[in-house]
Amino acid sequence: MILANEVTKRYGDAVVVDGLSVTIPKGGITSIIGPNGAGKSTLLSMLARLLKMDGGSVTVGGLDVTATASDVIARRLAILRQDNHLSARLTVRDLVTFGRFPYSRGRPTLDDKAHVERALAYLDLGALADRYLDELSGGQRQRAFVAMVLCQDTDYVLLDEPLNNLDMKHAQSMMKTLRRATRDFGKTVVLVLHDINFASWYSDFVVALKDGRLAAAGTVDEVIREDMLRDIYGMEIQVHAVAGQRIALYYE
Amino acid sequence: MRTLLFAVLVMLVLACVSLLVGVTHMPVWAMLAGSDDGHAARILAISRIPRTLALVLAGASMAIAGLIMQMMIRNRFAEPTTSGTVEAASLGLLIVTIMAPELPVMGKMLVAAAFALAGTLLFVRLLRLVPLRDPLMVPLLGIMLGGVIHAVATFIAYRFDLLQSLLAWTMGDFSGVLRGRYELLWVGGLLAAVAWIAADRFTVAGLGRDFTTNLGLNYKRVLALGLVIVSMVTSAVVVTVGMIPFLGLIVPNVVSLTVGDNMRRAVPWVAVLGAIFVLSCDILGRIIREPYEIPLGTVVGVVGSAMFLWLVLRKRAHAA
Repeated sequence: MILANEVTKRYGDAVVVDGLSVTIPKGGITSIIGPNGAGKSTLLSMLARLLKMDGGSVTVGGLDVTATASDVIARRLAILRQDNHLSARLTVRDLVTFGRFPYSRGRPTLDDKAHVERALAYLDLGALADRYLDELSGGQRQRAFVAMVLCQDTDYVLLDEPLNNLDMKHAQSMMKTLRRATRDFGKTVVLVLHDINFASWYSDFVVALKDGRLAAAGTVDEVIREDMLRDIYGMEIQVHAVAGQRIALYYE
Repeated sequence: MRTLLFAVLVMLVLACVSLLVGVTHMPVWAMLAGSDDGHAARILAISRIPRTLALVLAGASMAIAGLIMQMMIRNRFAEPTTSGTVEAASLGLLIVTIMAPELPVMGKMLVAAAFALAGTLLFVRLLRLVPLRDPLMVPLLGIMLGGVIHAVATFIAYRFDLLQSLLAWTMGDFSGVLRGRYELLWVGGLLAAVAWIAADRFTVAGLGRDFTTNLGLNYKRVLALGLVIVSMVTSAVVVTVGMIPFLGLIVPNVVSLTVGDNMRRAVPWVAVLGAIFVLSCDILGRIIREPYEIPLGTVVGVVGSAMFLWLVLRKRAHAA
């Protein structure tokens, strides 16, 4: 369980996240949705101690993220932000192996290597393992980064817009992989998503933000509703039941 | 692994050549036969061995300093001569020479290292204030900063009649290396070993602040360790033999093209190729116009700028 209590972030006079409290349940996929500038990525970064809070507190599985040693957190929670530009030339296997750093401190054991191979296979990267990241397409690179955070083998995995750069096929396969990870290993996956239909289709829990505040939090049935979405996005959005799922139409 | 051993072999051969090339005639066979009453052995011990060791140590440690810099700044073109580090080190050395000329050379080096660190931190600060879209702007900014610091140093040196010394610090020259005048470079060698031990941390830091924090490492601490190593190595080289331009830029880039940037793999390569590069340039400088010498800095400058241009143009072609 991730507990955010009165979390606040300011940049000068602008309050980006404003005394936000939310509980993200353990297990399953939780999506964070909301319009641009709602504070989604900022919140995610603060949950993962990448960004200092100006107020409030966060606990992940009972550990206070600012008070607990960073390497202890690193074995509990992994985060991948968007726009991961690397100037260093690493192979896919190198990168994924660094996911084991919190355990191996740079000296991977046989056990660590087994984890690496499993993560590579899980993201279908076996054939690309010895290629350099700068030789891959954006989508392949994104999969390599996700393999790295999965290899970190944490209970909690936080991903900021993991579907960026992915075409439909790879976006679908990424979401299925993440869902599988929650089912197979009991992981808790928290995503920032722009596409509310991906959020609706795959999420177990949805957190909606608006203007740095919590707009809604609950199951898909509770949040993906016409009145809710109108409030959150400030536009008319129809919600239809398609194949037993709630699909939002917002194209016109 | 086998190719690395081959590279080490090449380095050893070049080191042997470096032992044998020089103005003073050194009858090797007579020495081995023991029939020259120790003349050749003295040359070896006083001049040739120190010079060769100095070349290997300076070459290896400066190349590694460049590699660390590129990881910490996260830019392929960062190295001590493109980040104000060298200029700051020589400014520090100039000031300590004026204010405390009696200080032992180790102390002078530490002062120079403190200045080098301050200059590099200023550079890091500037990079944060001026977000640059084009990676080539990063070394340009560093060269400009270095230019400003160097101008200040030149002004002070001019006032105190120390322009000669300033030139010596910024222009690598190994002709003055004798026993007792190069040992500080072992500090550089030692720090290169530390860099190898901490290699994984530096690679992680090279992935960026968020990656580093995610993996449970303190980014600032890794950055500080890296920049301290770079500053110490730079000042040790500046104090003893003078700056070797381009070295920290070319060698890590060539290694990156072949074995990548995972520092655990890259460090031995960078060290060995750095030593090979400096040894060859120095041997070249010694034989081109025998019995005179061309300073290493000049030879490296000519060879290095050509290779630098090649790297820049190659990058451009890749980006396009």
